[in-house]
Amino acid sequence: MPTIIDNTQPKPDARSAVSAAARAKGKGDAKGNLYKPRQPIYPKLVHGKWRMVKWALLIFTLAVYYITPWIRWRRPEGFPQQAALVDFTGRRFYFFDIQLWPQEVYIFTGLLVMAALALFLATALFGRLWCGYACPQTVWTDLYIVVERLFEGDRNARMRLDAAPLSFNKIWRKTGKHLVWLAIAFGTGGAWIFYFHDAPTLLRTFWTGEAPITAYVSCLLLTCTTYIFAGWMREQVCTYMCPWPRIQGAMLDDHSLQVTYLAYRGETRGPHKKGQSWEGRGDCIDCRQCVVVCPMGIDIRDGAQLECINCGLCVDACDEMMIKIGRPTGLIAYDSEEAVAARTRGEKAVYKPIRSRTIYYALAMSVVGGLTLWSLVTRPKADLNVIRDRNPIFVRMHDGAVRDGYTLKIGNRTFQERRFDITFEGVAGARLSRPGETGGTVSVVVPADQVVPLRVFVTAPPDPEGVRAASVPGRFIITSGDVRAETKTVFLSGAANPQ
Amino acid sequence: MAHERETDDHTGVETTGHEWDGIKELDNPLPRWWLWVWYGTIAFSIAYWILMPAWPGLHGYTKGLLHQSDRVAVGKELAALDVKRGEGAAQLRTASLEQIEKDPKLNAYAQQVGQSVFGDNCATCHGIGGTGGKGYANLRDDVWLWGGKLEDIQYTITHGVRTGAEGARMSQMPAFGRDEMLKPDQIDDLTEYVVHLSNRPADAAAVARAQPLFEAQCSACHGAEGKGMVELGAPNLTDADWLYGADRAAIRGQIFAGNGGVMPTWQGRLSPETIKALAVYVHSNAGGQ
Repeated sequence: MPTIIDNTQPKPDARSAVSAAARAKGKGDAKGNLYKPRQPIYPKLVHGKWRMVKWALLIFTLAVYYITPWIRWRRPEGFPQQAALVDFTGRRFYFFDIQLWPQEVYIFTGLLVMAALALFLATALFGRLWCGYACPQTVWTDLYIVVERLFEGDRNARMRLDAAPLSFNKIWRKTGKHLVWLAIAFGTGGAWIFYFHDAPTLLRTFWTGEAPITAYVSCLLLTCTTYIFAGWMREQVCTYMCPWPRIQGAMLDDHSLQVTYLAYRGETRGPHKKGQSWEGRGDCIDCRQCVVVCPMGIDIRDGAQLECINCGLCVDACDEMMIKIGRPTGLIAYDSEEAVAARTRGEKAVYKPIRSRTIYYALAMSVVGGLTLWSLVTRPKADLNVIRDRNPIFVRMHDGAVRDGYTLKIGNRTFQERRFDITFEGVAGARLSRPGETGGTVSVVVPADQVVPLRVFVTAPPDPEGVRAASVPGRFIITSGDVRAETKTVFLSGAANPQ
Repeated sequence: MAHERETDDHTGVETTGHEWDGIKELDNPLPRWWLWVWYGTIAFSIAYWILMPAWPGLHGYTKGLLHQSDRVAVGKELAALDVKRGEGAAQLRTASLEQIEKDPKLNAYAQQVGQSVFGDNCATCHGIGGTGGKGYANLRDDVWLWGGKLEDIQYTITHGVRTGAEGARMSQMPAFGRDEMLKPDQIDDLTEYVVHLSNRPADAAAVARAQPLFEAQCSACHGAEGKGMVELGAPNLTDADWLYGADRAAIRGQIFAGNGGVMPTWQGRLSPETIKALAVYVHSNAGGQ
């Protein structure tokens, strides 16, 4: 198991025999406040391979988020024409050709389990890739830092501006930054609500005040969280609020790739003047570029840390320096503890992407994914729920026949109105009828995409020999063309309650 | 208990000077967030006093700027409910019973009204499932003493049974034994005859003896074949349904005492449209005749 340094905990020497209050003070500041004040972080702009990947993913994920609700999709008249829509009022979920009813929420459960397992697998293989590249917190923070840089300049300029006294220059830069931040936050909250209502309609009604109150509340909530999380809290969300950094330790092992400082190559570190020999010293020239570009404000050279989101920006920063000073790149790199240890011993590094935990995660993913896909593909186009009458459980007729009442809930999942023929099987000689009718075929018209309740009676002929069981298994079958559904039930004959 | 305030060695914090069984209390300040929440609640309560009814006085209480009153709110809700119910009631009033039953929407509404009214008024005797009991008719089966058509049910609910009021359903089974109209052995024979009528094994000699007796005493109402007459409220004696019990003792007891239950008149207590809804509810739950 790799060692992960947790800087949020007091150092071991502070854990000696002192009171809890004193320890809390150790975690906090010297004045005895329980909470540590935030150390401002001014990440410097860096160029390189991983930064490019991050830019690409930033554009891609934001594009997916903002564009998806605006994709139109052709559905029959009267149904939403939006490709991705969570329709709470209509209680339906639409995703391109898939339409889900509330009772199919288990498919979402399958998707969520898949997402969790994919996260486990990716973490076991490549460390916290999700955190570094795809997490909304990272993506939006990155976006906010771009805005910050536009208004206030890069790291050094920002530090100078923060230290400078209040001036017109400072005020307009700060105000401009926050206004753009708020605009982005509003755009984020604004885009979210389009997933729940017809987007073009909502875009109009939102401004005229006719949109549902939930739209305004959701928009306000997400505006606030985006602005606060990406603008003000940033790395604190990851370090203190998110459970994932604490859980990831269970997924990582010595073969997982993590952003690693190759200490055997870098140490002993120290400043290096041009022309000096590299003999007897490490490649690290202690330029602190890896520290100044870090959005989490840590020094990767200390080792794997809880705060590290594995974004690889320090890799880019270090490679740039190594090229400048003419040393091989990769002093900080995505590497595994096992490989680093092997090379430290002078052996050949071995990478093991296929190991028991990755096999288990992949297997679990295929099982859950397969089951989810199977249930999605094979779900019937009609629903039949049978609710037995409970009081009375049966009625004896004048001639000794026995009648049971049932309420059928017939759901039509297709986009066309359908007439369903209903039959009952399982009780010899039993007759199916609707209240007010004596018999014949029972059928009901169910409008497209709706559920219609139907009360029916099943009447079994008299049983003078007493051969019928008290509880006879039976089933209702509904058919409409090639659409068919059946549900099992029981017929209670009253045989245990002779008259 | 109170002592000098002292400084605790371990934490460096002053104590309150209070001591209980050697346990001393540190005088740590309240957490700042807690204080702010407390100030917040104070501010809230002041705003509440101004806006909402709050302070009792000698004559009434302070009404508050919002004039909030649960009584008024409930009154408004009830009025709105009356308006809403009025729409359904109007539809029930104008539509015929058959129309109500055939129209899916109106039927669904009538079922809801009927179920609720049945539970409040009818279930006491007929049972919440409507299956009745000894002396109380089963409203779920296909046996109807006074007719099972929609109009028959509506009439029975409206006027009741044996209430003595005008228009009420009326029938009287004589108390042949109690009033000494028949001798005990004659009643025994008649009992066997009624058992025989409902296709059950009976004493053939007694059945033969009772034949003329049945024709003379019973057939006027129950019919020559014992199939009953709905117009007179006389039950069918050949089927499997027995209001007062199917066994010989129960049949004999009924010939002896001639019981007849009373069902209240609901006209005047329930509105005509409610009775209509109730009739549709009872009718369709019984399978409908």
